Order: sequence, then structure tokens, then C-alpha cells
Amino acid sequence: MKTTIVVTIFFILAILHQDFWNWNNRDLVFGFIPAGLAYHSAYSLVAALFWYLVSRFAWPHRTEQWADETAESDS
Amino acid sequence: MTTFYIIVGYLALLLGLGVISNRFFKGTSADFFVVSRSVGSFLLLMSIFGTTMTGFALVGSTGKAFSSGIGVYGLMASWSGLIHSAVFFAVGIKLWAVGKRYGYVTQCEYFRDRFESERLGYLLFPILVLLVIPYLLVGVIAAGKFIQPTTAGLFMEAFPMPNLPNGNPHPLSGGIPPWLGSGVICLIVLFYVFFGGLRGAVWANTFQTIVFMITGVIAFYMISKNLGGLKSASELVAASEFAADRLAREGLIGKMQFLSYLFIPLSVGMFPHLFQHWLTAKSAKSFKLTVVAHPVFIMIVWLPCILIGIWAAAYLGPLGPGQSANSVLGRMISQLVHSPVLSGLVGAGVLAAIMSSLDSQFMCLGTMFTRDVVIRKFGEDRFSDNQKIWIARGFILAIVFVTYLLSLALANSAHVFDLGVWCFSGFAALFPLIFAAVYWKRVTLAGAYSCIISTAIVWCILFYNDILAVKPPGMEEDEMLIAGMMPVTIMIAVSAVSLIVGSLLSKKPSEEVIRKFFP
Repeated sequence: MKTTIVVTIFFILAILHQDFWNWNNRDLVFGFIPAGLAYHSAYSLVAALFWYLVSRFAWPHRTEQWADETAESDS
Repeated sequence: MTTFYIIVGYLALLLGLGVISNRFFKGTSADFFVVSRSVGSFLLLMSIFGTTMTGFALVGSTGKAFSSGIGVYGLMASWSGLIHSAVFFAVGIKLWAVGKRYGYVTQCEYFRDRFESERLGYLLFPILVLLVIPYLLVGVIAAGKFIQPTTAGLFMEAFPMPNLPNGNPHPLSGGIPPWLGSGVICLIVLFYVFFGGLRGAVWANTFQTIVFMITGVIAFYMISKNLGGLKSASELVAASEFAADRLAREGLIGKMQFLSYLFIPLSVGMFPHLFQHWLTAKSAKSFKLTVVAHPVFIMIVWLPCILIGIWAAAYLGPLGPGQSANSVLGRMISQLVHSPVLSGLVGAGVLAAIMSSLDSQFMCLGTMFTRDVVIRKFGEDRFSDNQKIWIARGFILAIVFVTYLLSLALANSAHVFDLGVWCFSGFAALFPLIFAAVYWKRVTLAGAYSCIISTAIVWCILFYNDILAVKPPGMEEDEMLIAGMMPVTIMIAVSAVSLIVGSLLSKKPSEEVIRKFFP
């Protein structure tokens, strides 16, 4: 379930990267950042927030435990 | 001379770091190759970030924004923020886990076991090496070419250059020539990698990442201040006929091109040097900070550079004949700031970004030759731990020497930097292989072979058409696009389809392998 949510949000973020509505927008946000650049800077922050939430709620604890077990336990 | 002394001081600090990291060296091959798998969150973040950011991050991004405007951030920075972290999270942690459990140090060791094939390693090994070497060359050549203009005029007696045909003095006269600059950079990287192993590279990367991040921000502050502040600088762009287009993407970057750039950052999944860095992590938790902070770090480095690039378009205007867009950052600093201290710091920052990639690449090639060729051929028990370290050092020395000689031969070739882009595309095209190896139980050796071979064929065809074939006049410098998309899109599609079809048409992998890799 967690994996499905993470993958879904990831694809939504990937779609949101294609901001065609800013393609010809030359407005300056805060008077100095072009709108498209402001959007993608905010996008970087949202990506970091997304990965923070993933690391908080969907961390692969099982993989970590498995790595820490001795290889002999396989045989 | 202040600029020169700052750069020399910075390089001396790196040598000192190499000496100190050697004091912490435990003398074992595990310590030399993967820092005894002991690297914590902060060092992992800094070393991985430093390795993925090349000199392009400071100099090239500014130049590219000068030519193509703000869309460059979306193409390269915000895509990388999302995709790099996804690869670190989805692939990096899994590979760290199998690496720790089964003692892998190189990609070939993992693929050999995963696909139960010794030969697959021998097929993959030369491909990975051939893709890394041009990437190394770009760094070594860029370092030499950066040092020469930075030191121009300082050593007129030692390195004079003839006047230009119009009688004006050569602008590079008195600068340290590329053969010497590249040589010094190679020797410094060699020094701390040779004595400190991957620990030396991790420590140096951390230090260098801090340096190039801070210098980028300082340069941004000083340039914006001298343009009358942030608002004035950007209003200058809006008012400029030449630069105003760069505030948006229309006419400069196509929508499909913008979309298809998402495949390029997948290359980090197949970089052999990043694989080795992942294996240095103390625990999976060490990855958390890297996964979360990577997009923010990219923003801290790229946002100021993109803004400087578009401001430069308004301030400097169109480039003259023979002037490169990559000179834009240097010109903005020299014309606006007039500070040899800042020029020196930015110079150190650019070299830091270049060297923080070079060290990991030298180290990983030395490791691959030692583990994937020598130890495979003669057996793990044939050599003592100390002998393995000296074999790796010998290979690193040889690789540095060969790379340096190649850099001298190819320094003036027009296509070396294009080659770097094609290396990224090649690694990205092999991403389906690593992703399937990690997540798809049904992937088989036949699928892996068909993926690698079909990728190599498509890569060669597209590479020939872009680099070697004669292009129509006026289109020589155009970026190759297929149906408006980056060529890597086709390469990944072919690679993935071959992998899937080849796997489904062949016998399932053994139960033993599935149990081993899919607990």
C-alpha cells in the first residue's frame, strides 16, 4: 500500500514537472525570479519534502535488517 | 597574483587532506575500496553530491542559461532533484544491502552473481570502462582549460603566446598552459586517492562540495549587488531585446525535449563510481539525508548560476566570434566584481567541482581492474590484502597517466565535451538492467545480454549520426533530437524492450538466485 502511494505521488510529481502553462510566462516573481524558474525552484523544495515524507513513512526497514543478517543464514 | 595564490592554497589544503586521510587508513583492502563500509549520513551526502556535480554545475550551467534561458534549470536541475533521489532510494539502498550482505565492491561482481554468469562481467566491464574514460577526460581537459584563462597574464616570461593576427596581445598569454594545469590537477587527485583510497576521495569530496557551494553563493551575491540588486538585474533582462526571451522557454526549448530530459539523470543508477560510494554507507539510514537533501543542494548550486546566466545575456549581450558561453561566469566576475580574492575563490570552486568527480572515477576504475580482472583471473586467495591495495594503486597510477596523455592528444578536439553527454546517455540507457536486476525476479541472463548488446548497437548508430557523420551546413552545433526528444529516450526504450523480450523468451533464473536476491 505504501509503495503504491509513493509511486503514485512520484508520477504526479513527474507530470507536474511539465509546466506548459509557464512556457511563455516572463513575469518576475518577487520582482526578480522568472515565473518558470520560481516554479521549478519550488518544485525542487517539494521534491525534497516528498523524499522526506518517504524516508519518514515508507523507509525500507526490512531491507536494512536483511543486510545486517549474516550471509550464512541463507544456507 | 592573489587569485593564483588562493588556488594554490586550496590545492595545498587538498594535499594535506590526503595526508590526514592516510593516517586514518586501516591498511585493509575493505578500507581502501569501501572505507570499511563506515561512512555516515553527512559524508555520504557530500561525497555523492560532489561526485554527481561536475565542473558543468558552475561554469556550464551559467553558459547554458546564457544561451537557452531559465528552462535549463528544469531540464537539468529539477529533474535531477526528483530522479536522483528516486534512484538513490529505490536502487542505491537495495544495492547497498546486497553489497553488504555478500561482500560486493563492484557492479560486475553483483551482476555476475545476480545472473550466474562469469562472461556477463567480462562483457560489461569494458563497456563501463569505455563510458567512464571520456567522462574522466572531460574533467581533466576542463581543468586545464579553466586554469589557463584564470592565470592569464601572471607568467608572461614563462608562458608567452604570440600576438593575435590583428596585432592585439593573445588573451591567454602568460597563463599556465593546459598540459601543466591538467597535469597538476591529475597529480593532486592521484595523491589523495593513492594514499587515502576511497576515504581520501570521500573526505576530499566533502571539503570540495562545501567549497563550490559556498563560492557559488558568494559569486551570486557579489554579482547581483554590482548589478544594482536582484530586481534591477532581472529588470535589465526584461528590457533587453537580446536577453528577454531567456526569461521563459518559448522558442528556446521544445516541450518534448524538456520532458525527455527526465531519462538523463537515470544514469546515476549505472555509474560505477556511485555504486562504490553507495557501498561505503554505514547503514541504510545513512542514505536518508542524501535522499532528502539532494534536491535542495542542487537548487542551492544551480539557481544562482541560472540567474547569473540570464543576467549575463543582458549585461554582456551577444558573444563575439570564438567566444564560448562557458566563459560567461568568469567574465561576469572579472567585469563586475573586480576582486582577485573572489576570482580565486570561484576558481577554487570550479576546480573543486571538477576534482570531486575525478577522484571517484579514478578510484572506481582502479577498483574494477583489481577486483573484476586481476582477482577474478587469479583468485581471491592468491593475493594478500596489502598486495590487493598495491595492485589497485598501480592501476590508478596507470589510469591517471593514460587519461593525462589522452587529454593532451584530445584537448583541442571539438567533440570531447559532446562525448561526455553521450557517456551519460549510455549509462542512462543501461538503467533498465540494474532496475530489473533489483526488482524483477523473472529477468534472465539472455535478457541482460540482449539489453546490453541492443543498447550498444543503438548507442553506436546514434553516436555516429551525431558526432562522426557530416551534418548539413549550419546544423553542426545543434543538439541531436529525435521527434523532438533526446536520443536517450530511444535508447532506453530499446534497452527495456530487449531486456523484457529476451527474459520472457528464455528459461527462468534458478530458484537459488531468486532466494539469494529476493528474500
